[in-house]
Amino acid sequence: MRFCAASDQAMLVYLGEEIGLPVHERVLKLLRLFQKEPPKWLRNLQPAYNSLMVTFDPCRVDHAEVELTLRKLEERAKALRPQKNRIVEIPVCYGGEFGPDLDDVAKAHGLKPSEVIQLHASYTYHAYFLGFAPGFTYLGDLLEEIATPRLETPRKKVPAGSVGIAGRQTAVYPFATPGGWRLIGRTPLAMFRSDRKRMELVSIGDQVRFRPIPREEFQELESA
Amino acid sequence: MSSLVVESPGLLTTVQDLGRVGFGPLGVSPSGAADPVALRLGNLLVGNEPGAAALEMTLVGGSFVFPEGAVIALTGADFGAAMNSQAVEMWTPHAVLPGTKLTLGPTRDFARCYLTIAGGIHVTPFLGSASTHLLSGLGGFDGRALRKGDVLRLGAPERKISKRRISQVALHSLKPRKVLRVTEGPQSEQFSTEAKQSFFHTTFQVSEESDRLGLRLEGAALTINKGGEMITEGVPLGAIQVTPSGQPIVLFVEQQTTGGYPKIANVIGVDLHRLGQLRPRVEIRFERASLAVARSLWIEQERLLNSSEHLFA
Repeated sequence: MRFCAASDQAMLVYLGEEIGLPVHERVLKLLRLFQKEPPKWLRNLQPAYNSLMVTFDPCRVDHAEVELTLRKLEERAKALRPQKNRIVEIPVCYGGEFGPDLDDVAKAHGLKPSEVIQLHASYTYHAYFLGFAPGFTYLGDLLEEIATPRLETPRKKVPAGSVGIAGRQTAVYPFATPGGWRLIGRTPLAMFRSDRKRMELVSIGDQVRFRPIPREEFQELESA
Repeated sequence: MSSLVVESPGLLTTVQDLGRVGFGPLGVSPSGAADPVALRLGNLLVGNEPGAAALEMTLVGGSFVFPEGAVIALTGADFGAAMNSQAVEMWTPHAVLPGTKLTLGPTRDFARCYLTIAGGIHVTPFLGSASTHLLSGLGGFDGRALRKGDVLRLGAPERKISKRRISQVALHSLKPRKVLRVTEGPQSEQFSTEAKQSFFHTTFQVSEESDRLGLRLEGAALTINKGGEMITEGVPLGAIQVTPSGQPIVLFVEQQTTGGYPKIANVIGVDLHRLGQLRPRVEIRFERASLAVARSLWIEQERLLNSSEHLFA
């Protein structure tokens, strides 16, 4: 466990120094315990790959006190049982106008576009955390065979539902936002909707699979 | 129910309150007023709870009609407000007669002006807050900036309003600054000594491309030492992250909730509302502060904001 003041009102705790499921399991457990027993001074929690950022009310506590609480919680969090994962399936129409970077990704790895699709859809991903924008879920770990760096120049606007890859990560853009990930397809499902009970389609800790669909099915699902 | 009619919206006018705090696990940043202190003071002046929803105007104000009348206050930057060709004094409440038009123009000093109204503005809350999150089109009025012809519903005033003003002493201690105080960032050791020197000893200009997501700064490029790869992590409000090209970006109210660029420093709590008053092209500087100093300044400021004795003249 390593602690670092992120700001005068936020503390970062690192539960390991690498990306991987064992470290992330510790992040998740600590997050869950915090959410179950939120102290009065707690303002916000931001989980990520190997860290949890804790924002607090400085009128009530300081960094030293937050660290102490975190150490105690982590001791107890270790004993928690791992939660059962949900499995979420995301239908994706790959390539064409929906995946303008599919051919480039294929070329970069000496693959056919169909092979990229097959590799992307063959793996079950772990939802590490939501960040960047509401409902934007960082999924990993993308197979090394198709891992591709971000675009040199990000797009000013990426259409909502676009499926992108960046390094060994993949994600779906919930909203039309700027973005630098390589786009290989699009889902007709809404990743985030404020009018449904679980607003986010994928929650932290979920297992995610992508299912290739033809254009007709995309249109059917989109209008459904 | 009373209403407010948008006759012209101004450059960028949105409904804001103090934001939705605590939804990091959903990837949702708090949003809320860019200058929350001005919003709080404005609400107190018209007898609202400090976090009632109000209008945030950016650089150029709009014009608004109150068909049923209202009690209003203007705080933050001076946008040259007028009613019936009479200048409207800031930092004090005004009764507006039914059918009166309030007109605002371009800023005369800072970036954002707040129009608070007794009873507040009523919109459907998203995650418990009325604030607009422009990037995702959520919250506020239809998730977007106001347009000509929009009609906003107003709440019923909560209490009788007395004619009082914010004291000069309070305004002085809360006034905008161009020297922002910062604490060390989690990756500050990844920056060369020269980069840190430039960061603290040269001025930066607020870029035209700045918005509620972040303030982009132009100035000395801050080089990151080789091997400065980091794992994406949570980023607080006011984090100063540096892109591979060396450009610093101060993450602001509609910020991304996680980030993978190293952070050289973080603006301290009491200077966050001051970020909201920085105009494009303005020159700013950074000054070191310790965590302990930042905390005691925050406690002092909260004490002031909760003390009517010191706030009002």
